[in-house]
Amino acid sequence: MNKTAFHAEHLRLGAKMTDFHGWDMPLYYTSILDEHTSVRTAAGIFDISHMGQAWVSGPGSLQTLNELIVSDLAQVGEGRACYTLLTNPRGGIVDDLIIYRVGAQEFLVIVNCANRRKDVAWIVEHQRPGTRVGDISLGRSILAIQGPQVAPLLEQVLETPVSGLGRFSAMHLSGWGSRAWLARTGYTGSDGFEVFLEDAPALRVWKRCLELGAPLGLKAIGLGARDTLRLEAGLRLYGTDMDDATTPYEADLGWTVAINKPSFIGKDVLVNQKTAGVTKRLVGIELPEGPVPRTGCALMAGGRQVGSVTSGTFSLMLHKPIGLGYVETRAASPGTAVQVMIRSKAYPATVVKLPFWRAQQRAPEAIASKRG
Amino acid sequence: MMTPQGLRYTKTHEWAKQEGADVLVGITAHAQEELRDVVYVELPPVGKAVKQGEPVAVVESVKAAFDIYAPLSGTVARVNETLSKSPQLVNQDCYGTGWFFAITPSQPSELSALMSPDDYTKLIQADAH
Repeated sequence: MNKTAFHAEHLRLGAKMTDFHGWDMPLYYTSILDEHTSVRTAAGIFDISHMGQAWVSGPGSLQTLNELIVSDLAQVGEGRACYTLLTNPRGGIVDDLIIYRVGAQEFLVIVNCANRRKDVAWIVEHQRPGTRVGDISLGRSILAIQGPQVAPLLEQVLETPVSGLGRFSAMHLSGWGSRAWLARTGYTGSDGFEVFLEDAPALRVWKRCLELGAPLGLKAIGLGARDTLRLEAGLRLYGTDMDDATTPYEADLGWTVAINKPSFIGKDVLVNQKTAGVTKRLVGIELPEGPVPRTGCALMAGGRQVGSVTSGTFSLMLHKPIGLGYVETRAASPGTAVQVMIRSKAYPATVVKLPFWRAQQRAPEAIASKRG
Repeated sequence: MMTPQGLRYTKTHEWAKQEGADVLVGITAHAQEELRDVVYVELPPVGKAVKQGEPVAVVESVKAAFDIYAPLSGTVARVNETLSKSPQLVNQDCYGTGWFFAITPSQPSELSALMSPDDYTKLIQADAH
């Protein structure tokens, strides 16, 4: 099984380990609910080094990536990042990813671990002249440091000001090894940062965070809480809430699509779908109480099945069961009453607007910087 | 982990305890430890006839749902209503306030045939290796 540079740390901290797409990763250290609470109220640190890191550079790099994704990367300035989707010719989602524009012609591309090879091969297959594509994952780590109290902590750990870094902005970290970047991004819905480093400096950041963060209540966080946090924030999980047969509009990620961009893979299908509308759409559902909706549970309305659940959990912040799922468009408006079938019993639920939960305290908005 | 004396156990990690004419049922410390974050418990209706080894209740953690099996046959006499509002009692006090339901046994001899504390301790130690 694959191991990150933090494997021994996870064992030292007593983590319950799990096989995540071939990676031996921490599911939790103490408990999912404890760890979830730490991130929402104080601070948490995640080893997410299983995720893939690609470096795309050269005069053809912008054009190469822009042809593969739904967003317009030309609108993303240097030092800025965007959440976007790779699409196939049918408009289906190949992966969701964050692209960091680290230079005029340099991009750090972070992809899901299970899709790393597929994505890198996809980019290489479509690369324009003057583009270099490198899978730089080996020997490098990613840490996510998330929670309302992490900005001052990271200033201490990195000995550099970070509080002013806006959401979806990134800064180079000098003195922390090659291609060392810090970004105000995350997968929790809480304020936070992600740091991209070589293994040795990443281990230094991890240890210093645990040491200096302990008085704040910082904890190491496993993949269990990573899943409950992202779900509460209404963030989709690739492979579970969407796949290569789902389009951005169906996944309710239409906001990522720059439909007027001259061309990108799958554009024709998406233009048609935008005009004609979708037949099914991803929605959030909330139960007032009762059991947890799980993957595959049927969603009913008017006495017949209108969809099914893709992800579900118990929301700690809302104190009720929540889920994501696809329903026929006519049942997709917030406020629609539906039933979730759990162990052959129907439980009342309501379609709600995403996210289920939103942080009060947010990172500063970055000053919009556009590039032509 | 301590396995309390005076209770009987199943290999599916329930405990059973004689209390007057009824037998109280819950899940063991080992089971709640494995589940971790209990967020929901579904209990059977009072009066329901149950057979030994059949699923009669459900306990849900953040990650998944698990069946709870009847340690012996009989009729559900009472259920622990407080678990619907406070499922975390299963984690906090699994042998006490975190009990699930009581059965009036139809074949009382089934209780003494369940695992002894020593046998159950051996079972969970074997699981750990």
